[in-house]
Amino acid sequence: MTRRARITLKSGVWAVCLAPLALLAYRAWTDDLGANPISFITNTLGDWTLRILLASLAMTPLRVVFGLAWPITLRRLLGLFAFVFVCLHFAVWSVLDFFFDWPRMWADIVKRPYITMGLLALLSLIPLAATSTTGMIRRLGARNWTRLHRLAYVAAVCAVLHYLWLAKVGVKDPYWYAAALVVLLGVRGWEWGRRLMRRRRARLEPTSARVRPQAENPLS
Amino acid sequence: MLIRRAPRFAASEITDPTLYLSRRELISGAAAALALAPSLSAAAAPATPALAALPATRNPGFSLNEPATKLEAATTYNNFYEFGVNKDDPSRLGHTLRPRPWTVQVEGFVSKPKTFDIDELIKLFPLEERVYSLRCVEAWSMVIPWIGFPLASLLKRVEPTGQAKFVEFTTLLDPNQFPAQKPGFFGFASLDWPYVEGLRLDEAMHPLTLLTIGMYGKVLPNQNGAPVRVVIPWKYGFKSAKSIVRIRLVSEQPRTAWEKAAPSEYGFYSNVNPAVNHPRWSQADERRIGEFRRRATLPFNGYADQVASLYAGMDLKKYY
Repeated sequence: MTRRARITLKSGVWAVCLAPLALLAYRAWTDDLGANPISFITNTLGDWTLRILLASLAMTPLRVVFGLAWPITLRRLLGLFAFVFVCLHFAVWSVLDFFFDWPRMWADIVKRPYITMGLLALLSLIPLAATSTTGMIRRLGARNWTRLHRLAYVAAVCAVLHYLWLAKVGVKDPYWYAAALVVLLGVRGWEWGRRLMRRRRARLEPTSARVRPQAENPLS
Repeated sequence: MLIRRAPRFAASEITDPTLYLSRRELISGAAAALALAPSLSAAAAPATPALAALPATRNPGFSLNEPATKLEAATTYNNFYEFGVNKDDPSRLGHTLRPRPWTVQVEGFVSKPKTFDIDELIKLFPLEERVYSLRCVEAWSMVIPWIGFPLASLLKRVEPTGQAKFVEFTTLLDPNQFPAQKPGFFGFASLDWPYVEGLRLDEAMHPLTLLTIGMYGKVLPNQNGAPVRVVIPWKYGFKSAKSIVRIRLVSEQPRTAWEKAAPSEYGFYSNVNPAVNHPRWSQADERRIGEFRRRATLPFNGYADQVASLYAGMDLKKYY
């Protein structure tokens, strides 16, 4: 991929991810956040966290299914944006909604499963954001780094459960996110199954050249 | 049967009509200013037809001394599942409801069952304005000047018989007027239509229980339950059935729409109670729409003095 194509793609991601924040700022400026602004901001940030997190997890399946190479170049950027959005979501909850009432928030975290899941999703994204730099990848080694970054799946599952468990009767959106996550995880499951089969076949046919599956190069 | 007397108030406490009317002008002036304010949602929403003014005398004995929630908030932030599950669905889609012609059947265990035309119903008793607090089960609240008359007046007129123990309210069932009553994907429906709510007879006869036909000096907007709804201020908002077509006096506790959908979350009584949490969130506090900080939720939404005795001896954790 040319440098120019990569810059164009990444600029596109920046634009798409910053647009919801710009829209929120504009609506705040024009006093158009509705009757319950805090709830509106929290929900908008939560929605976009899920969308961007699932988009970051869609990049590898796009390569597996369609053989596209370019989506992988966007994965880290999308993951970092998901982290930015979840931090904003958490900040609005703790500052605007509960105004630093930590005991009250802690009680909710412990008692309310949907809030527990939300916090777990946030916590599991922290080490990923912290090890997202090229230097950290080198320090950890590609294999360890890949292993650590499987936490992204944990984060996505927790985030979807967070939404499923908080939504009231009749709200369908969380089911769409859950369906998307199942598809994305399904593609990976299928890919892992295929690799496993290939490895077993290689063992059964000692004459054929043994091909070790390559560790994923996170920077490819 | 237990009928509480309305709190007495001195004649001197009644607001002077001239003062009262100037307040009314203030409200409509504020509403006009809001309507003119440029906003994306207002531009996108279909124009709401002008609502008829509804003269009523404020009943200070039944009115909170707190400023009313902005009219715009009270008419754009609604739960009315017949239009959809989102807060802005009722105001966006409410135009499909036709509040005239409309009849309300009052039937069941009564000596004089009758089907009232809505225009006849609203002239049966003098209209009062009452400023009530509305506490939603979702932990937000508003202060709303409702217009109506006590449900007890209507019930007494049809003469409940000894078998009448509960009152069941049924909302209109018509998918052409209520888009969300059409089955969705895979026959998906948010609730089992029609919407049914209920009260014990003594709750229904309580002077606070208001059969409501207007708010903010005008007839009810569609999104707030036109043309007639009930308002029970000490219970969570969903108990206050909207767009009512039938009021039936029954001997058994009615099975309500929300009880059918999620019995562990929405009990039959659903009295506002900060000590009994919703299974998924706390009911200890609430956000008053228009305020920044949360405020503490009061037992029976602040109406404990008037209604707590209805539940004497009952375990309110069990009968939530």
